[in-house]
Amino acid sequence: MPLDVVRRLLTPILNPVPTSRYPEAAPLLQPATHGLPELDSYRCNADGACVAVCPTGAIELTTADSGASAAKSKSNSKSKSAAETNAKPIWQLDAGKCIFCNACVAACPNDAIRAGSRVELASRDRGALVECAIPGRAPADAAAEHLRTLIAGRLGRSLHVRHLDAGSCNGCDWEIAALLNPYHDVQRLGIDFVASPRHADLLLVTGVMTRNLEEAARRTYDAMPEPRLVVAVGACAISGGVFAGSPVTGNGVGGTLPVDVFVPGCPPRPEAIIEGMLMALGGPRSGPLGRPSGDTQQGES
Amino acid sequence: MADVRSIKKTLAVALGRSVSASGPADDMQIAVSAAELPVAVAALLPLHARHVMLLGMDLSASRRKGGPAVEEVMAIPGGPIVRLRAETTEYPSLTPLMPAAQWDEREARDLFGIVPTGHPDPRPLVHHEPAGAATLAGAATLAGATTPRFRPFVAHGEGVYQLPVGPIHAGVIEPGHFRFSAVGESVLHLDARLFYTHRGLESLVEGRTFDAALPIVERACGVCTVTHATAFCRAVERLTQTEVPARALLARVLLAEMERLYNHVSDLGNMCAGVGFNFGVSRLGWHKERLLRLNEGLTGHRYLTGVVAPGGLRAELDAAALAGLGAAVKEIDHEVRGVVRVLLRSESFMARLHGTGIVNTADALRLGALGVAARASGVAIDLRIDRPAEGYEGLDLPLISAATGDVAARFHVRAQEAAVSAGLIRDIAGRLPGGPVRVPLAREAHVGDSAIAGAEGPRGASWIWLMAAPHGTVRRLHLRSASFANWPVVAAAVPGNLVPDFPIINKSFELCYACTDR
Repeated sequence: MPLDVVRRLLTPILNPVPTSRYPEAAPLLQPATHGLPELDSYRCNADGACVAVCPTGAIELTTADSGASAAKSKSNSKSKSAAETNAKPIWQLDAGKCIFCNACVAACPNDAIRAGSRVELASRDRGALVECAIPGRAPADAAAEHLRTLIAGRLGRSLHVRHLDAGSCNGCDWEIAALLNPYHDVQRLGIDFVASPRHADLLLVTGVMTRNLEEAARRTYDAMPEPRLVVAVGACAISGGVFAGSPVTGNGVGGTLPVDVFVPGCPPRPEAIIEGMLMALGGPRSGPLGRPSGDTQQGES
Repeated sequence: MADVRSIKKTLAVALGRSVSASGPADDMQIAVSAAELPVAVAALLPLHARHVMLLGMDLSASRRKGGPAVEEVMAIPGGPIVRLRAETTEYPSLTPLMPAAQWDEREARDLFGIVPTGHPDPRPLVHHEPAGAATLAGAATLAGATTPRFRPFVAHGEGVYQLPVGPIHAGVIEPGHFRFSAVGESVLHLDARLFYTHRGLESLVEGRTFDAALPIVERACGVCTVTHATAFCRAVERLTQTEVPARALLARVLLAEMERLYNHVSDLGNMCAGVGFNFGVSRLGWHKERLLRLNEGLTGHRYLTGVVAPGGLRAELDAAALAGLGAAVKEIDHEVRGVVRVLLRSESFMARLHGTGIVNTADALRLGALGVAARASGVAIDLRIDRPAEGYEGLDLPLISAATGDVAARFHVRAQEAAVSAGLIRDIAGRLPGGPVRVPLAREAHVGDSAIAGAEGPRGASWIWLMAAPHGTVRRLHLRSASFANWPVVAAAVPGNLVPDFPIINKSFELCYACTDR
């Protein structure tokens, strides 16, 4: 046989299938991955260094002493003086504002904040992003099968997605484009991207919602058939991100479109965007993927 | 080669008066009147001066006396940067002399109300609504009534029809409106309307400290973050006369080349997508994913955001990832070359590339093309080689160019540059000098001083113009990205081609809307 033919026959052997097993397997993270910052409440003495350094105002220290601020029990001070007083400081991190720059990690004098490895953070409830606690994950069995039946039940085994850039920096858009590469390959989950909003079940919106795009965004949404879902991808789409406060933007898409699921990140990793889309279909509130909790895949590149 | 003295002499002869320049020797800052501005530009053009940017500003709020002003920045090859500043609200348009300034002038008018009289295209650029609210402090002077409504330029005649595309496109792409005037399948004229993703970045950073402005500047474009951050940090370092440690300088080069490599590999794949050749899309998409993973291992971020900082790098690169980087890049480079070889041998693929979307050398020069778009049209321009700034001085980089100016030329240039970047990464990863990666800024920037700095990114040279306010904050920042420069070139490359060839032409330039619109 000519060499060329042999080479072509060998191609599938030399190039094993690179596709990810997400969501059955955990997202593949690197040791240095910047996930959502995590607070070691034991070390925190609530000195506010993280608050001062946060470029988007995602971190707040409040001293709500009643349950009024919705059980933000993420942390408090370990110092005895604080424990004795009624006003326990509460450390709040708004994942919808966080750009994952980890400036707070470097700024903390007590090493109380570490670069977390959590990237699956989608939520149906904007308010729930504030504490970013992940409740217990679902049991480990047959989660992917569950999702498949879910999609089958709702949409006949397929979810058709339309991407809408409402004024992003292109970062989220590249991660969405990465969903179609051989590694993430969302078509294996019955998800596909369509060219027209008229064919779409779900609108994947990125960006701050600029004034110049408001009308186009509304008309895109209006063109979608019912039932329709909206997933806001990235800090900009949730809160305006680093662009919050600019007079020519809407500080997120929530003011223009009804958002079903918020996916934090700057940009969110592809796995997090998959999680958000699956959640929009009616998966459990968090940890829809039913893996044993705590494990993340590492290395292997 | 033009030096400071000969430039002063040239300008003095043209303006009929003595000319004085302030600022460092490589950055001549010259005050001119509105009427003198086009005369001075016309005098510099024969020295092969290239348009870098034109920006508006309003200094009336600053402590120094001043009001609305416009500044034209030109680069003399082998010589200094020349900045001509005129305090005015109206000046004779430079576009007839130098078409590369066309969008800059429209932007300065939209944001500051500084009117270029005689501009051939007076339509609004930034604000889509005619009475648009000001995004920048000085824009209170904007007279909404005098700005005509935007109407697309279209061709008329028997059989000519219009094809509107966008702003929401069919693929996962950024928003822009393209109005084709076509006869049958042939495009007669293309009018592009952008600035849909205008986020008011430049007004947002005003009054912030340099450190607080950086995350915003980086996110002008999510996939050229190293380029923009490096240009910004170089401008800050010039203002504060800070010497960046050697390790950080070379690490910035390493990061910039990683950025170039993943962007080029991605775009080679996107060009395959533009003609529906799935083999290339899939293989190169996979290699891009592997490169993003290397980025993440090195810095914690898949797109290298948040690493470059004023004075060096924000944090040390991950040691284990750095040790394995050379071998990993070598393997990916080898496989990318293999894919490119297959593509080059695929006649049906290459047939779509050859002779499509031609930009000739004269047009590339006239319109001020940058980066791959310029080099593929025979214009030798690469900031890394023309002005080897920090880190690039010792490197013997080849200038890769092609003569034909078509999509195939841009494909070749990109593929070869990717290979060069891979080689550079392997070289630098193995010999990063020791020492600190960051030093504190040497002094506070003088209030009212401005500096300009550029960095060659995957799409060409991006420039940052930065003026300091008290306590190390930003008075005015202007970012002119390579995509901003190249969009008018795309519009010029399309007429004469088929409508279905637009995606491949567009992708061969690989322009970013976000850093154009800001």
